[in-house]
Amino acid sequence: MTDIDQQAELAKAGANIDGRWDAIVHFAKNFPLACFGITIVIMFVLMAIFADVIAVHDPVQTDSNLSLAAPSMTNIMGADMMGRDMFARIVHGSRISLVVGISSTLLGGIIGVVIGLMSGYLLGWFDLIMQRIIDIMQALPLLVLALVMAASLGPSLENTILAISIPLVPRVARVVRSSTLALREMPFVEAARAAGMTELRVAFRHVLPNTLAPLIVLGTAQLGSAILVEASLSFLGLGVPEPHPSWGRMLSENAAEYARVAPWLVIFPGLAISVVVFGTNLLGDALRDILDPRQRS
Amino acid sequence: MVEASQATTAAGKTPVLKVEGLKKHFPIKKGILSRTVGNVFAVDGVSFSINEGETLGLVGESGCGKSTVGRTVLRLLEPTEGKIEVEGTDITTLNKPALRNFRREMQIIFQDPYSSLNPRMSAGDIVGELLKVHGIAESKEQEKERVAELFDKVGLRRAQMDSFPHEFSGGQRQRIGIARALALNPRLIIGDEPVSALDVSIQAQVINLLMDLQQEFKLSYLFIAHDLAVVEHISDHIAVMYLGRIVEYTDKKTLFTSPQHPYTEALLSAVPIPDPTIRREKIILKGDVPSPIKPPSGCHFHTRCPYVEERCKVEEPLLREIAPGHQVCCHLR
Repeated sequence: MTDIDQQAELAKAGANIDGRWDAIVHFAKNFPLACFGITIVIMFVLMAIFADVIAVHDPVQTDSNLSLAAPSMTNIMGADMMGRDMFARIVHGSRISLVVGISSTLLGGIIGVVIGLMSGYLLGWFDLIMQRIIDIMQALPLLVLALVMAASLGPSLENTILAISIPLVPRVARVVRSSTLALREMPFVEAARAAGMTELRVAFRHVLPNTLAPLIVLGTAQLGSAILVEASLSFLGLGVPEPHPSWGRMLSENAAEYARVAPWLVIFPGLAISVVVFGTNLLGDALRDILDPRQRS
Repeated sequence: MVEASQATTAAGKTPVLKVEGLKKHFPIKKGILSRTVGNVFAVDGVSFSINEGETLGLVGESGCGKSTVGRTVLRLLEPTEGKIEVEGTDITTLNKPALRNFRREMQIIFQDPYSSLNPRMSAGDIVGELLKVHGIAESKEQEKERVAELFDKVGLRRAQMDSFPHEFSGGQRQRIGIARALALNPRLIIGDEPVSALDVSIQAQVINLLMDLQQEFKLSYLFIAHDLAVVEHISDHIAVMYLGRIVEYTDKKTLFTSPQHPYTEALLSAVPIPDPTIRREKIILKGDVPSPIKPPSGCHFHTRCPYVEERCKVEEPLLREIAPGHQVCCHLR
């Protein structure tokens, strides 16, 4: 190509001229909040993966000498009533939160996308029936629906995931359906059809990617609220059962009885939940911007 | 009728596009039982044909059904009635897979260069996807090379293949749309007002590009427009539409020198002449286009016609040949 073309290419690649690090700095300057969110989420994920390395103590090992111990050099977040190290429990608890959050959001999201896309694309009786079912599901709040699900399925990790993911379906389906309705009439969708593409390809290659922006924001917001719902379910004794450390249950077990005598038992799990939910929300906004070609500089 | 005029230009050859008695009615549904309470007679009995390498300009004001004709001809809308033959194949009888396969013969260029390109695909992918879907390119490299050739042809730089639609101007976007229409080597391209959304200076560029491509690839165009000046430049024949029907059909020269239908006269008097010393009497039509839900009785145009007579209100005129290759739908000619 010509020199001008090459320069245009380089300019388009942005800060990539001087290597990857500059690109990261460039990104951080443009989206400082996004970086903050990404950092929180990455730390959270690393914490879950390397929980055994980070936490020196065993999260389920009890020690009567340490019962309600205040934060110290050996137990930096103190210990609970049974003398289990709080730091170890919070670090290991991130695994539960992560697994529950991600898998329930993915499960609910995928089912919701398929239903929403089919509903908005096929219309007719399928749409009519699906939308009425969704109306019924939406009439119940997320937590209440999850509660009913969890109560009827019984407490276990899989059931908790299922209980949280089902209530996500109607929200995702509604968002995808409404975007699909608008997109199916767009000339570029008509162009895809005129080019002889199958309806399946048109739906997944041309309609679905354009519903992504609201979907990602919704998905990450749901990731946060899934973690919250898991905490709430565990708080009510319907979530992930003992001995798995769950942030929500740590909060619930301790809040009522020890909030005054040992506030660290409440502060740290609460802080962990808040920070992670905050981080996922920031990440959601960042992803929406990054995945939109129009926002790229 | 139509065939008579074409017999002189291409004797014995099957036209690239032949439309006979095409009708497209949109039912109006009401109530929970979706009862059909009426019809929008968007296209009501249209016949024409286009030979290889020729351009038929289809003009008319907004809402006259010209875009519906274009979409129905491609079976993007299912015709209510009539025959559409592309290269001798009646496409109204094709089943879905056969139609998908047949689409490589006929393509469309859209009016709006903004909404007609998927904002999430790069320019190269938008064009290349068609090659992939129809299994034309055997490898990724071949596909890239073919797309690059198409970019050359429509006057885009190869380096722009990785850019996204929002990085292009309106005229450049329309060139991407043209490259996409050309990708499958079609015989027929339908231009649905392909230049009316562009600046006047860009319009000329795009029209000239379309004409060059027509020469090179022996393309046939159905060129839909509401601007007669644009159509005059590109068309061989022109069909004037009013309320779902063709009211006048002839070659370009005859239409501009001796228009016969009162509606065509009115349209022509609205074309600006680039000479301020020439004064011309303008025929300003009264009122709006009547609703295609309840078209007027008799001649559809009688409600606005300056020469209206009693019989126009009751008797429906037919498209008749008044001179070789010149058809008019009017009682008075």
